Amino acid sequence: MAETITVVLDVNGVGKEISVEPRKTLADAIREDLGLTGTHLGCEHGVCGACTVLMDGEMVRSCLLFAVQGAGAEITTIEGIGDGGELHPMQRAFSEYHGLQCGFCTPGMILAGIDVLRRNPDPGPQEIREEMGGNICRCTGYQKIVESVQAAAAEMSKEGVSA
Amino acid sequence: MKPAVFSYSAPESIEEALGLLAEHGSEAKVLAGGQSLVPLLNFRLARPAHIVDINGIGELSYISSNGSLRLGALTRLTAVEESGDVSSGHPIITRAVSHIGHRAIRNRGTIGGSLAHNDPAAETPALLLALDSEVTARSAGGERTLSAQELVGDRFFETSLGDDELLTEIRIPALAASSGWGFQELSRRHGDFALAGVAAVVTMDGGAISSAALGAFGGAYAARLPEAEAALVGAEAGEAAFAAAGERAAAEFPTTSDVHGSEEYRRHLIGVLTGRALAEATSNTGGENG
Ligand SMILES: Cc1cc2nc3c(=O)[nH]c(=O)nc-3n(C[C@H](O)[C@H](O)[C@H](O)COP(=O)(O)OP(=O)(O)OC[C@H]3O[C@@H](n4cnc5c(N)ncnc54)[C@H](O)[C@@H]3O)c2cc1C
Ligand code: FES
Ligand code: FES
Repeated sequence: MAETITVVLDVNGVGKEISVEPRKTLADAIREDLGLTGTHLGCEHGVCGACTVLMDGEMVRSCLLFAVQGAGAEITTIEGIGDGGELHPMQRAFSEYHGLQCGFCTPGMILAGIDVLRRNPDPGPQEIREEMGGNICRCTGYQKIVESVQAAAAEMSKEGVSA
Repeated sequence: MKPAVFSYSAPESIEEALGLLAEHGSEAKVLAGGQSLVPLLNFRLARPAHIVDINGIGELSYISSNGSLRLGALTRLTAVEESGDVSSGHPIITRAVSHIGHRAIRNRGTIGGSLAHNDPAAETPALLLALDSEVTARSAGGERTLSAQELVGDRFFETSLGDDELLTEIRIPALAASSGWGFQELSRRHGDFALAGVAAVVTMDGGAISSAALGAFGGAYAARLPEAEAALVGAEAGEAAFAAAGERAAAEFPTTSDVHGSEEYRRHLIGVLTGRALAEATSNTGGENG
């Protein structure tokens, strides 16, 4: 049995101690050790964005981090962005504007969309396309994703919430 | 589990990291942002027995400027991109870094890791060649200064760093007041690795070019373009001089064919991009660059 290391991961405000091999990626630990399967794995080499999570507020690829590197950071996954039973405005917009079909890319897309609005609450369609270019979707053709992010931006400014 | 088994340490100081590198030698790999190394580990193209994670070494992450610029090797690409100290004195760096991958990649990826990885299609090595930069490399045995050329020159996915050496700092000299810069690359989609690109720094004396530095990427390895640079010295800035330099650049750039583009196409691109980068550089000399 290879060496394991004990770390406390703070995911969505809940600290949990896990024991992992250093080679276990943060994505695998989130899915397998914490049971949070909303974080998806597509390419496992940084290209598709399906595994996107927020680490101390910054969007990162959880397939390119090791679980042991998550110690001491605040990690947010797709499960952590809503408010109890309430969807986050970005989730609502994806649902209303058909920003998803199979849903595989969606957790990453939603977190990336929130990251875009955090930096610019009112981005144009071209900016959304460029900023979200690191997330790949095989279904929607992107049009509806862009519309969803714009709709979420409008909704959030109306409600006075920030990303 | 994607990567092969490795043991792991997370030193908190440079000294401690150098000790670990000395101890593990060629069995060890430094882990910075992991945006190039972890894909290699996940594919098992790299199978180091030991990983030295330098992310906990706060003293490796800083941006300091007094005309010339000093960047700690562990400075994240996003921090470089967003730094006012970088954009005020060296806007060419701000522009070049914005072309590296996507936001999520730049949030983790580091300037030192990008240089040490020395991907022939990467922006950083060619940029730092054009800017006449130098770096500090440290090992348990001491410290040395290398020019960017000595570090990455003529090399493909490797550098002249020893197994026991850590890249600690990158230094970029101040740009002359009478100089201008241009940065041009072509990639299939925003955020993709470039098919080809050129970084240009040009110093002017009235309407004539007194010196030019060109760093090109997207070929066999990042390279300066000395023939094109020589052709520019003393020339009047303008279409004719840029086209002549572009022709030389296309001829001298070390490149080959691969799945992304033929050698012929890449030479053509380097010629065109050299012309465009020079036009950009000569139009923003004298501090008008933004
Ligand atoms: C989807 C995607 C798109 C990308 N697109 C681009 C792009 O368009 N352009 C581009 O240039 N790059 C691109 N990259 C690569 C990215 O920029 C990497 O972040 C960068 O190349 C490596 O930096 P890092 O800090 O992540 O290094 P790591 O991956 O941690 O390390 C890379 C190598 O450098 C060594 N190393 C790191 N730091 C040091 C040090 N201080 N001293 C000695 N050795 C060290 C490591 O041992 C390893 O061999 C992309 C990556 C991905 C996943
Ligand atoms: S699974 Fe992490 S980027 Fe594709
Ligand atoms: S909805 Fe299927 S991959 Fe995006």
